[in-house]
Amino acid sequence: MPKSLISIHDFSKDEMLHILDVASEMEKNKSQKILDGKVVACLFFEPSTRTRLSFETAANRLGARVIGFSDVGNTSISKGESLKDTIKMVSNYVDIIIMRHPLEGAARYASEVCNLPVVNAGDGANQHPSQTLLDMYSIRQSQGRLDGLTINMVGDLKYGRTVHSLLQAMSHFDPSFVFTAPAELQMPVEYKQFLSERGIPYKETTSLNEHLNDCDILYMTRVQQERFSDPMEYEKVKDVYRLDAGMLGGVRSNMKILHPLPRINEIALDVDDTPYAYYFKQAENGMYVRMAIIACLLGYK
Amino acid sequence: MEDRKMTTTARQLIVNAIENGTVLDHIPSENLFKVVDILNLAESHNQITIGSNLESKSFGRKGIIKIADRYFEDDELNRIALVAPQATINIIKDYKVIEKHKITIPEEVVGIGKCANPMCVTNHQKIATRFKTLVEGDNIKLLCHYCEKTTNIINL
Repeated sequence: MPKSLISIHDFSKDEMLHILDVASEMEKNKSQKILDGKVVACLFFEPSTRTRLSFETAANRLGARVIGFSDVGNTSISKGESLKDTIKMVSNYVDIIIMRHPLEGAARYASEVCNLPVVNAGDGANQHPSQTLLDMYSIRQSQGRLDGLTINMVGDLKYGRTVHSLLQAMSHFDPSFVFTAPAELQMPVEYKQFLSERGIPYKETTSLNEHLNDCDILYMTRVQQERFSDPMEYEKVKDVYRLDAGMLGGVRSNMKILHPLPRINEIALDVDDTPYAYYFKQAENGMYVRMAIIACLLGYK
Repeated sequence: MEDRKMTTTARQLIVNAIENGTVLDHIPSENLFKVVDILNLAESHNQITIGSNLESKSFGRKGIIKIADRYFEDDELNRIALVAPQATINIIKDYKVIEKHKITIPEEVVGIGKCANPMCVTNHQKIATRFKTLVEGDNIKLLCHYCEKTTNIINL
Protein backbone atom coordinates (compact mmCIF):
# COMPACT_ATOMS: atom_id res chain seq x y z
CA MET A 1 0.00 0.00 0.00
CA PRO A 2 1.49 3.38 -0.97
CA LYS A 3 2.10 5.79 1.88
CA SER A 4 -0.18 8.48 0.48
CA LEU A 5 -3.15 8.76 -1.86
CA ILE A 6 -2.21 11.52 -4.28
CA SER A 7 -3.10 10.25 -7.74
CA ILE A 8 -5.12 7.24 -8.85
CA HIS A 9 -2.01 6.24 -10.85
CA ASP A 10 -0.17 5.49 -7.60
CA PHE A 11 -2.50 2.55 -6.89
CA SER A 12 -2.36 -0.86 -8.53
CA LYS A 13 -5.50 -2.78 -9.38
CA ASP A 14 -5.13 -4.90 -6.24
CA GLU A 15 -4.63 -1.87 -4.02
CA MET A 16 -7.76 -0.24 -5.42
CA LEU A 17 -9.72 -3.44 -4.85
CA HIS A 18 -8.42 -3.64 -1.30
CA ILE A 19 -9.76 -0.14 -0.56
CA LEU A 20 -13.14 -1.14 -2.03
CA ASP A 21 -13.25 -4.29 0.12
CA VAL A 22 -12.44 -2.33 3.26
CA ALA A 23 -15.09 0.22 2.28
CA SER A 24 -17.77 -2.44 2.10
CA GLU A 25 -16.71 -3.62 5.54
CA MET A 26 -17.13 0.00 6.73
CA GLU A 27 -20.59 0.15 5.19
CA LYS A 28 -21.63 -2.89 7.24
CA ASN A 29 -20.24 -1.40 10.43
CA LYS A 30 -20.51 2.37 10.17
CA SER A 31 -18.86 3.26 13.47
CA GLN A 32 -15.57 1.63 14.28
CA LYS A 33 -13.42 3.33 16.87
CA ILE A 34 -10.21 1.91 15.44
CA LEU A 35 -8.59 5.37 15.27
CA ASP A 36 -9.33 6.38 18.85
CA GLY A 37 -6.69 8.89 19.95
CA LYS A 38 -5.61 9.79 16.40
CA VAL A 39 -5.84 13.30 15.00
CA VAL A 40 -6.72 13.98 11.36
CA ALA A 41 -5.99 17.34 9.69
CA CYS A 42 -8.46 18.52 7.04
CA LEU A 43 -6.75 21.39 5.25
CA PHE A 44 -9.08 22.95 2.70
CA PHE A 45 -7.25 25.77 0.93
CA GLU A 46 -10.26 26.03 -1.35
CA PRO A 47 -13.91 25.73 -0.34
CA SER A 48 -15.70 22.40 -0.65
CA THR A 49 -18.75 21.22 1.24
CA ARG A 50 -19.32 17.65 0.20
CA THR A 51 -15.77 16.38 0.14
CA ARG A 52 -14.78 18.09 3.38
CA LEU A 53 -17.86 16.96 5.30
CA SER A 54 -17.54 13.39 4.10
CA PHE A 55 -13.86 13.20 5.04
CA GLU A 56 -14.54 14.78 8.43
CA THR A 57 -17.46 12.45 9.08
CA ALA A 58 -15.35 9.49 7.98
CA ALA A 59 -12.62 10.44 10.47
CA ASN A 60 -15.18 10.94 13.25
CA ARG A 61 -16.83 7.59 12.59
CA LEU A 62 -13.44 5.92 12.99
CA GLY A 63 -13.06 7.60 16.38
CA ALA A 64 -10.39 10.12 15.33
CA ARG A 65 -10.47 13.81 16.12
CA VAL A 66 -10.35 16.38 13.33
CA ILE A 67 -8.56 19.72 13.14
CA GLY A 68 -8.18 22.02 10.16
CA PHE A 69 -9.61 24.89 8.22
CA SER A 70 -12.10 25.26 5.40
CA ASP A 71 -11.10 28.70 4.23
CA VAL A 72 -7.65 30.27 4.04
CA GLY A 73 -8.99 33.70 5.05
CA ASN A 74 -8.33 33.20 8.77
CA THR A 75 -4.98 31.45 8.46
CA SER A 76 -1.38 32.55 8.12
CA ILE A 77 -1.55 31.56 4.46
CA SER A 78 -3.26 34.89 3.88
CA LYS A 79 -0.13 36.46 5.43
CA GLY A 80 1.95 34.81 2.73
CA GLU A 81 3.09 31.62 4.44
CA SER A 82 4.41 29.05 1.97
CA LEU A 83 2.61 25.75 1.44
CA LYS A 84 5.70 23.95 2.66
CA ASP A 85 5.73 25.79 5.99
CA THR A 86 2.00 25.26 6.55
CA ILE A 87 2.33 21.52 5.91
CA LYS A 88 5.50 21.20 8.04
CA MET A 89 3.82 22.97 10.93
CA VAL A 90 0.61 20.91 10.78
CA SER A 91 2.53 17.66 10.32
CA ASN A 92 3.96 18.07 13.81
CA TYR A 93 0.48 17.97 15.30
CA VAL A 94 -1.42 15.23 13.51
CA ASP A 95 -1.28 11.64 12.18
CA ILE A 96 -2.57 12.14 8.65
CA ILE A 97 -3.23 15.14 6.37
CA ILE A 98 -6.23 15.42 4.08
CA MET A 99 -5.97 18.43 1.80
CA ARG A 100 -7.63 20.24 -1.05
CA HIS A 101 -5.73 22.96 -2.87
CA PRO A 102 -6.45 25.01 -6.01
CA LEU A 103 -2.95 24.43 -7.41
CA GLU A 104 -2.24 21.27 -9.37
CA GLY A 105 0.44 19.10 -7.80
CA ALA A 106 0.05 20.73 -4.36
CA ALA A 107 -0.81 17.45 -2.63
CA ARG A 108 2.14 15.62 -4.24
CA TYR A 109 4.43 18.38 -3.02
CA ALA A 110 2.93 18.26 0.48
CA SER A 111 3.54 14.51 0.65
CA GLU A 112 7.20 15.16 -0.13
CA VAL A 113 7.81 17.79 2.52
CA CYS A 114 6.38 15.81 5.44
CA ASN A 115 6.62 12.25 6.71
CA LEU A 116 2.88 11.70 7.17
CA PRO A 117 0.38 10.07 4.84
CA VAL A 118 -1.32 12.71 2.69
CA VAL A 119 -4.71 12.28 1.04
CA ASN A 120 -5.37 14.44 -1.99
CA ALA A 121 -8.94 15.70 -1.71
CA GLY A 122 -8.59 17.57 -5.00
CA ASP A 123 -5.71 19.57 -6.50
CA GLY A 124 -7.21 22.00 -8.99
CA ALA A 125 -8.19 20.31 -12.24
CA ASN A 126 -5.73 17.48 -11.68
CA GLN A 127 -6.65 14.58 -9.39
CA HIS A 128 -9.38 13.70 -6.94
CA PRO A 129 -8.63 10.05 -6.25
CA SER A 130 -11.14 9.47 -3.44
CA GLN A 131 -13.87 10.42 -5.93
CA THR A 132 -12.54 7.83 -8.37
CA LEU A 133 -12.53 5.13 -5.70
CA LEU A 134 -16.06 5.94 -4.58
CA ASP A 135 -17.22 5.88 -8.22
CA MET A 136 -15.67 2.43 -8.60
CA TYR A 137 -17.24 1.32 -5.34
CA SER A 138 -20.66 2.49 -6.54
CA ILE A 139 -20.22 0.78 -9.90
CA ARG A 140 -19.27 -2.50 -8.26
CA GLN A 141 -22.07 -2.25 -5.71
CA SER A 142 -24.78 -1.48 -8.26
CA GLN A 143 -23.65 -3.99 -10.90
CA GLY A 144 -22.23 -6.73 -8.72
CA ARG A 145 -18.98 -6.55 -10.69
CA LEU A 146 -16.44 -4.18 -12.23
CA ASP A 147 -15.49 -6.29 -15.25
CA GLY A 148 -16.89 -6.00 -18.75
CA LEU A 149 -19.22 -3.03 -18.26
CA THR A 150 -20.25 -0.36 -20.76
CA ILE A 151 -19.83 3.09 -19.28
CA ASN A 152 -21.39 6.12 -20.96
CA MET A 153 -19.73 9.35 -19.82
CA VAL A 154 -21.77 12.48 -20.42
CA GLY A 155 -21.13 16.21 -20.26
CA ASP A 156 -17.83 17.97 -19.80
CA LEU A 157 -15.36 15.31 -20.88
CA LYS A 158 -12.67 17.83 -21.77
CA TYR A 159 -12.07 19.40 -18.38
CA GLY A 160 -13.82 16.94 -16.06
CA ARG A 161 -11.11 15.40 -13.89
CA THR A 162 -13.50 12.79 -12.46
CA VAL A 163 -14.15 11.23 -15.87
CA HIS A 164 -10.45 11.18 -16.77
CA SER A 165 -9.44 9.44 -13.55
CA LEU A 166 -12.36 7.02 -13.71
CA LEU A 167 -11.51 6.12 -17.29
CA GLN A 168 -7.94 5.29 -16.28
CA ALA A 169 -8.94 3.35 -13.17
CA MET A 170 -11.61 1.32 -15.02
CA SER A 171 -9.14 0.48 -17.80
CA HIS A 172 -8.05 -2.46 -15.58
CA PHE A 173 -11.50 -4.04 -15.87
CA ASP A 174 -12.13 -4.70 -19.55
CA PRO A 175 -14.68 -1.90 -20.09
CA SER A 176 -16.29 -0.31 -23.17
CA PHE A 177 -16.86 3.41 -23.19
CA VAL A 178 -19.26 5.84 -24.79
CA PHE A 179 -18.32 9.51 -24.72
CA THR A 180 -21.32 11.82 -25.00
CA ALA A 181 -20.24 15.45 -25.21
CA PRO A 182 -20.71 18.60 -27.25
CA ALA A 183 -17.98 19.29 -29.81
CA GLU A 184 -16.33 21.88 -27.51
CA LEU A 185 -16.05 19.46 -24.59
CA GLN A 186 -14.97 16.16 -26.14
CA MET A 187 -12.69 13.65 -24.48
CA PRO A 188 -9.07 14.79 -25.05
CA VAL A 189 -6.98 12.89 -27.59
CA GLU A 190 -4.48 11.63 -24.99
CA TYR A 191 -7.19 9.66 -23.15
CA LYS A 192 -8.53 8.16 -26.38
CA GLN A 193 -4.97 7.21 -27.24
CA PHE A 194 -4.59 5.66 -23.78
CA LEU A 195 -7.62 3.45 -24.53
CA SER A 196 -6.50 2.56 -28.06
CA GLU A 197 -3.10 1.45 -26.76
CA ARG A 198 -4.87 -0.95 -24.43
CA GLY A 199 -7.37 -2.18 -27.01
CA ILE A 200 -10.33 -0.74 -25.07
CA PRO A 201 -13.26 0.14 -27.37
CA TYR A 202 -15.02 3.52 -27.24
CA LYS A 203 -17.68 5.34 -29.23
CA GLU A 204 -18.25 9.07 -29.42
CA THR A 205 -21.51 10.89 -29.90
CA THR A 206 -22.95 14.35 -29.43
CA SER A 207 -26.45 12.97 -28.77
CA LEU A 208 -27.48 11.96 -25.25
CA ASN A 209 -30.27 9.74 -26.63
CA GLU A 210 -28.02 7.72 -28.91
CA HIS A 211 -26.46 5.39 -26.34
CA LEU A 212 -28.84 5.62 -23.38
CA ASN A 213 -30.22 2.14 -24.03
CA ASP A 214 -26.99 0.20 -24.43
CA CYS A 215 -24.95 1.15 -21.37
CA ASP A 216 -24.69 -0.23 -17.83
CA ILE A 217 -23.49 2.98 -16.21
CA LEU A 218 -24.53 6.48 -17.24
CA TYR A 219 -21.93 8.76 -15.70
CA MET A 220 -23.32 12.30 -15.86
CA THR A 221 -21.17 15.35 -15.14
CA ARG A 222 -21.80 19.01 -14.64
CA VAL A 223 -20.61 21.48 -17.21
CA GLN A 224 -18.70 23.78 -14.90
CA GLN A 225 -18.98 27.46 -15.55
CA GLU A 226 -15.58 28.14 -13.96
CA ARG A 227 -13.84 26.05 -16.65
CA PHE A 228 -14.90 28.49 -19.39
CA SER A 229 -12.98 31.65 -20.09
CA ASP A 230 -15.75 32.83 -22.41
CA PRO A 231 -19.21 33.06 -20.74
CA MET A 232 -20.87 32.86 -24.16
CA GLU A 233 -19.36 29.42 -24.72
CA TYR A 234 -20.82 28.29 -21.40
CA GLU A 235 -24.30 29.57 -22.26
CA LYS A 236 -24.17 27.64 -25.52
CA VAL A 237 -23.43 24.25 -23.97
CA LYS A 238 -24.86 24.34 -20.42
CA ASP A 239 -28.29 22.91 -21.22
CA VAL A 240 -27.33 20.55 -24.00
CA TYR A 241 -27.43 17.39 -21.89
CA ARG A 242 -30.44 17.34 -19.67
CA LEU A 243 -31.72 13.94 -18.63
CA ASP A 244 -35.35 13.45 -17.58
CA ALA A 245 -37.39 10.39 -16.58
CA GLY A 246 -39.19 10.29 -19.93
CA MET A 247 -35.93 9.45 -21.72
CA LEU A 248 -35.36 6.30 -19.66
CA GLY A 249 -38.11 4.09 -21.18
CA GLY A 250 -35.78 1.76 -23.07
CA VAL A 251 -32.75 1.52 -20.82
CA ARG A 252 -31.24 -1.73 -19.53
CA SER A 253 -32.86 -2.89 -16.31
CA ASN A 254 -29.50 -2.88 -14.50
CA MET A 255 -28.55 0.60 -15.74
CA LYS A 256 -27.56 3.07 -13.02
CA ILE A 257 -27.01 6.82 -13.23
CA LEU A 258 -24.02 8.22 -11.39
CA HIS A 259 -23.08 11.87 -10.90
CA PRO A 260 -20.26 13.30 -8.76
CA LEU A 261 -22.66 16.06 -7.61
CA PRO A 262 -23.54 18.86 -7.23
CA ARG A 263 -25.95 18.68 -10.15
CA ILE A 264 -27.36 21.88 -11.53
CA ASN A 265 -29.93 21.00 -14.15
CA GLU A 266 -28.38 18.12 -16.08
CA ILE A 267 -30.57 15.59 -14.23
CA ALA A 268 -34.25 16.52 -13.82
CA LEU A 269 -35.77 15.94 -10.39
CA ASP A 270 -38.16 13.31 -11.75
CA VAL A 271 -35.19 11.01 -12.41
CA ASP A 272 -34.58 10.80 -8.63
CA ASP A 273 -37.62 8.52 -8.18
CA THR A 274 -36.68 6.06 -10.93
CA PRO A 275 -34.86 2.81 -10.08
CA TYR A 276 -31.93 4.05 -12.18
CA ALA A 277 -30.93 6.97 -9.96
CA TYR A 278 -27.86 6.04 -7.91
CA TYR A 279 -26.17 9.40 -7.31
CA PHE A 280 -27.36 9.90 -3.74
CA LYS A 281 -26.27 6.39 -2.80
CA GLN A 282 -22.99 7.20 -4.56
CA ALA A 283 -22.53 10.28 -2.36
CA GLU A 284 -23.25 8.18 0.73
CA ASN A 285 -20.67 5.64 -0.44
CA GLY A 286 -18.13 8.45 -0.44
CA MET A 287 -18.08 8.31 3.33
CA TYR A 288 -17.38 4.56 3.50
CA VAL A 289 -14.67 4.81 0.89
CA ARG A 290 -13.05 7.71 2.75
CA MET A 291 -13.20 5.75 6.00
CA ALA A 292 -11.41 2.94 4.16
CA ILE A 293 -8.78 5.30 2.72
CA ILE A 294 -7.95 6.81 6.11
CA ALA A 295 -7.88 3.41 7.86
CA CYS A 296 -5.71 1.82 5.15
CA LEU A 297 -3.19 4.67 4.96
CA LEU A 298 -2.80 4.65 8.73
CA GLY A 299 -2.13 0.92 8.56
CA TYR A 300 -5.25 -0.25 10.39
CA LYS A 301 -6.74 -2.28 7.51
CA MET B 1 47.45 11.17 -41.01
CA GLU B 2 48.75 14.32 -42.59
CA ASP B 3 45.22 15.27 -43.69
CA ARG B 4 43.81 14.88 -40.23
CA LYS B 5 46.47 17.11 -38.79
CA MET B 6 45.60 19.75 -41.36
CA THR B 7 41.92 19.83 -40.40
CA THR B 8 42.75 19.92 -36.72
CA THR B 9 45.03 22.86 -37.32
CA ALA B 10 42.39 24.57 -39.42
CA ARG B 11 39.80 24.18 -36.66
CA GLN B 12 42.19 25.44 -34.05
CA LEU B 13 42.15 28.75 -35.81
CA ILE B 14 38.44 29.11 -35.08
CA VAL B 15 38.19 27.68 -31.60
CA ASN B 16 41.35 27.01 -29.66
CA ALA B 17 42.10 23.47 -28.56
CA ILE B 18 42.28 22.74 -24.87
CA GLU B 19 44.93 20.70 -23.17
CA ASN B 20 42.64 18.97 -20.67
CA GLY B 21 38.92 19.14 -20.15
CA THR B 22 35.60 18.54 -21.88
CA VAL B 23 34.41 19.56 -25.32
CA LEU B 24 30.68 19.60 -26.02
CA ASP B 25 30.19 19.50 -29.76
CA HIS B 26 27.19 19.47 -32.12
CA ILE B 27 25.01 21.70 -29.99
CA PRO B 28 22.26 23.40 -32.01
CA SER B 29 23.35 27.06 -32.23
CA GLU B 30 19.95 28.32 -31.09
CA ASN B 31 20.23 26.32 -27.85
CA LEU B 32 23.88 27.02 -27.15
CA PHE B 33 23.23 29.45 -24.32
CA LYS B 34 20.55 27.19 -22.84
CA VAL B 35 23.27 24.58 -22.50
CA VAL B 36 25.47 27.21 -20.82
CA ASP B 37 22.61 27.89 -18.38
CA ILE B 38 21.75 24.25 -17.69
CA LEU B 39 25.38 23.44 -16.87
CA ASN B 40 25.56 26.65 -14.85
CA LEU B 41 28.74 27.66 -16.68
CA ALA B 42 28.26 31.34 -15.89
CA GLU B 43 29.31 30.52 -12.32
CA SER B 44 32.32 28.48 -13.40
CA HIS B 45 35.90 29.71 -12.85
CA ASN B 46 37.36 27.39 -15.50
CA GLN B 47 38.59 28.68 -18.80
CA ILE B 48 35.68 28.30 -21.21
CA THR B 49 35.57 28.85 -24.95
CA ILE B 50 32.18 29.14 -26.59
CA GLY B 51 31.72 29.06 -30.33
CA SER B 52 28.41 29.76 -32.02
CA ASN B 53 27.22 29.39 -35.63
CA LEU B 54 30.23 27.33 -36.60
CA GLU B 55 30.00 25.42 -39.86
CA SER B 56 29.20 21.76 -39.55
CA LYS B 57 28.99 19.18 -42.30
CA SER B 58 26.07 17.34 -40.75
CA PHE B 59 24.25 20.10 -38.89
CA GLY B 60 24.70 23.20 -41.02
CA ARG B 61 25.45 25.46 -38.09
CA LYS B 62 26.44 24.27 -34.67
CA GLY B 63 27.64 25.47 -31.33
CA ILE B 64 30.60 24.19 -29.38
CA ILE B 65 31.70 24.63 -25.77
CA LYS B 66 35.17 23.82 -24.50
CA ILE B 67 35.64 23.73 -20.76
CA ALA B 68 39.25 23.45 -19.64
CA ASP B 69 40.22 21.27 -16.67
CA ARG B 70 36.73 20.12 -15.94
CA TYR B 71 35.13 16.70 -16.27
CA PHE B 72 31.43 16.15 -15.73
CA GLU B 73 29.41 13.30 -14.33
CA ASP B 74 27.18 11.60 -16.93
CA ASP B 75 24.05 12.66 -15.01
CA GLU B 76 25.15 16.25 -15.20
CA LEU B 77 25.74 16.17 -18.94
CA ASN B 78 22.60 14.21 -19.76
CA ARG B 79 20.61 17.17 -18.49
CA ILE B 80 21.45 18.98 -21.74
CA ALA B 81 19.76 16.19 -23.73
CA LEU B 82 16.56 18.22 -23.69
CA VAL B 83 18.04 21.06 -25.70
CA ALA B 84 20.91 19.28 -27.46
CA PRO B 85 19.92 15.64 -27.97
CA GLN B 86 22.55 15.20 -30.74
CA ALA B 87 25.45 16.61 -28.76
CA THR B 88 28.77 14.76 -28.58
CA ILE B 89 30.93 14.77 -25.49
CA ASN B 90 34.69 14.65 -25.96
CA ILE B 91 36.95 14.07 -23.01
CA ILE B 92 40.32 15.68 -23.67
CA LYS B 93 43.59 14.76 -21.99
CA ASP B 94 46.88 16.20 -23.21
CA TYR B 95 45.21 17.65 -26.34
CA LYS B 96 43.88 14.20 -27.33
CA VAL B 97 40.32 12.96 -27.37
CA ILE B 98 40.53 10.00 -25.02
CA GLU B 99 36.82 9.35 -24.83
CA LYS B 100 33.92 10.33 -27.04
CA HIS B 101 30.27 9.60 -26.48
CA LYS B 102 26.74 10.70 -27.24
CA ILE B 103 24.27 12.23 -24.84
CA THR B 104 21.58 9.90 -23.52
CA ILE B 105 18.15 11.22 -22.66
CA PRO B 106 17.60 10.84 -18.91
CA GLU B 107 14.34 9.29 -17.65
CA GLU B 108 13.83 12.14 -15.27
CA VAL B 109 15.05 15.73 -15.18
CA VAL B 110 15.09 17.83 -12.04
CA GLY B 111 15.44 21.58 -11.76
CA ILE B 112 15.44 22.30 -15.50
CA GLY B 113 12.66 24.03 -17.36
CA LYS B 114 9.34 25.39 -16.33
CA CYS B 115 6.01 23.58 -16.37
CA ALA B 116 3.72 25.00 -19.06
CA ASN B 117 0.64 24.63 -16.86
CA PRO B 118 -0.04 28.02 -15.22
CA MET B 119 -1.93 26.26 -12.39
CA CYS B 120 0.97 23.95 -11.58
CA VAL B 121 2.16 24.31 -8.00
CA THR B 122 5.77 24.67 -9.24
CA ASN B 123 4.83 27.98 -10.86
CA HIS B 124 3.55 29.42 -7.57
CA GLN B 125 5.76 28.05 -4.80
CA LYS B 126 9.54 27.77 -4.61
CA ILE B 127 9.77 24.19 -5.85
CA ALA B 128 12.36 22.63 -8.18
CA THR B 129 10.56 21.29 -11.24
CA ARG B 130 10.69 17.56 -11.86
CA PHE B 131 9.72 15.91 -15.14
CA LYS B 132 9.63 12.44 -16.60
CA THR B 133 10.84 12.48 -20.22
CA LEU B 134 8.57 10.97 -22.86
CA VAL B 135 10.33 10.31 -26.16
CA GLU B 136 8.07 10.13 -29.22
CA GLY B 137 10.31 9.81 -32.27
CA ASP B 138 12.41 12.98 -32.47
CA ASN B 139 10.12 14.78 -30.09
CA ILE B 140 10.75 14.88 -26.34
CA LYS B 141 7.90 15.78 -24.02
CA LEU B 142 8.07 16.40 -20.30
CA LEU B 143 5.51 14.92 -17.93
CA CYS B 144 5.31 17.03 -14.79
CA HIS B 145 5.79 15.02 -11.60
CA TYR B 146 3.50 17.43 -9.76
CA CYS B 147 0.55 18.48 -11.95
CA GLU B 148 0.76 15.44 -14.27
CA LYS B 149 0.50 17.60 -17.40
CA THR B 150 2.88 17.35 -20.34
CA THR B 151 5.03 20.24 -21.50
CA ASN B 152 6.58 20.51 -24.94
CA ILE B 153 10.31 20.83 -24.94
CA ILE B 154 9.98 24.12 -26.80
CA ASN B 155 8.64 25.70 -23.62
CA LEU B 156 12.03 25.38 -21.98
